[in-house]
Amino acid sequence: MSSKPVIATASLAGCFGCHMSFLDIDERLLELIELVEFDKSPIDDLKHFTRPVDIGLIEGGCCNAENVEVLRSFRKNCRILISLGECAVMGGLPAMRNTISLKDCLEEAYLNSPTVAPEDRVIPNDEDLPLILDRVYPCHEIVKIDYFLPGCPPSADLIWEALTALVQNRPMKLDYQLIKYD
Amino acid sequence: MPEKLKFSIDGREGLADQGMTIYEAAKANGVYIPVLCHYEGLKPVGSCRICSVLVNGRWMASCTQPLSEGMVIENNTPQVIEYRRAIIEMLFSEGNHFCPACEKSGNCELQALAYRYSIMVPRFPYQFPQRQIEAYPGFLLEHNRCVQCQRCVRAIQTEDGRKIFAMKNRSKDVRVNVDPKLAAKLSPDQIQKAMDICPVGAILKKEVGFIRPIGQRKYDRQPIGSEIEGKK
Ligand code: SF4
Ligand code: SF4
Ligand code: FES
Repeated sequence: MSSKPVIATASLAGCFGCHMSFLDIDERLLELIELVEFDKSPIDDLKHFTRPVDIGLIEGGCCNAENVEVLRSFRKNCRILISLGECAVMGGLPAMRNTISLKDCLEEAYLNSPTVAPEDRVIPNDEDLPLILDRVYPCHEIVKIDYFLPGCPPSADLIWEALTALVQNRPMKLDYQLIKYD
Repeated sequence: MPEKLKFSIDGREGLADQGMTIYEAAKANGVYIPVLCHYEGLKPVGSCRICSVLVNGRWMASCTQPLSEGMVIENNTPQVIEYRRAIIEMLFSEGNHFCPACEKSGNCELQALAYRYSIMVPRFPYQFPQRQIEAYPGFLLEHNRCVQCQRCVRAIQTEDGRKIFAMKNRSKDVRVNVDPKLAAKLSPDQIQKAMDICPVGAILKKEVGFIRPIGQRKYDRQPIGSEIEGKK
């Protein structure tokens, strides 16, 4: 058994931009794989947790029932849980629908939009589809979140600083230019 | 020459002219007190409270409170900073601030204050209120982002002194209201002035946007207030 800290990541109602920014740590990726191991994550394509995780990174807020389920399973399996990026922190662009009723949203997207062909006018309602929520929820409104890294996306430098600080058990050094909301 | 007033701020001695507010006196001594509703040259209204300081254990809005002889002012103390953070966080929860999609991002004073105080997430639940976007001939009024600072109300007038912006309603329903007939007569320069004076992305000149690239915007590299700090 190795004693390296274990990391897991997930993208909920996000665009994978935060994960791309994570990869933007560039050659520090080599350093990172010396420091940590990955469990469930799109980065190694592991679909299920295989062991207890030290740090979970969540991209995106919760827009449907599946997001909530994944987020809860992360909370259960991760010692430290981080909201990564604007969507996880505050809902982000998907939450722009929060000021419009769900009915209006669905009707606009699937019935009334000029790009929907008349024969396709149907609101998807298959039982295999995750149930859409009444609005988009920031992660900390569903489970307890330990750290927040804002940004759209958070810069690679911010992600690197946060991860290495947590792994090395030291306080994060958050320089002015690391905290951005865009 | 009238006597200068002596005061101290966070243990530093200062001298300022009579008639100055606490904010002005601090600034004259190279000390930054954050402001949001206040704007140089406009009559202060003291509505946002971000400029609050402690004087003898009492909260005072430094943009409206005149300095008096011997004041001992707390500005950058943990208690004052915490109070200001709470106000900033409240403003973020109260409106709809989707910074990644906002033309003002990087040049916005509310956002810059949040950066300065290292706010990662507001402690209050997001309200996601229903607000409108109003379109006028030369500009947009984005109520989702308005912080009701009344800068536009005080700063923008027609040539014959008539106000274009006014406040309506009370308390949490306070909104900026525009006189559409007068608004239609605003010159491009006046619209630019309104947009520049608005601390957030609530007044937006049409047909321009995202002019300055990321990295060159007002608060990309330097915290708000650094233009005042240390300059005396
Ligand atoms: S007005 Fe400022 S705080 Fe609000 S969305 Fe725009 S940049 Fe962000
Ligand atoms: S529109 Fe801008 S300047 Fe006018 S009250 Fe709102 S935030 Fe202040
Ligand atoms: S800046 Fe003083 S109350 Fe708003």
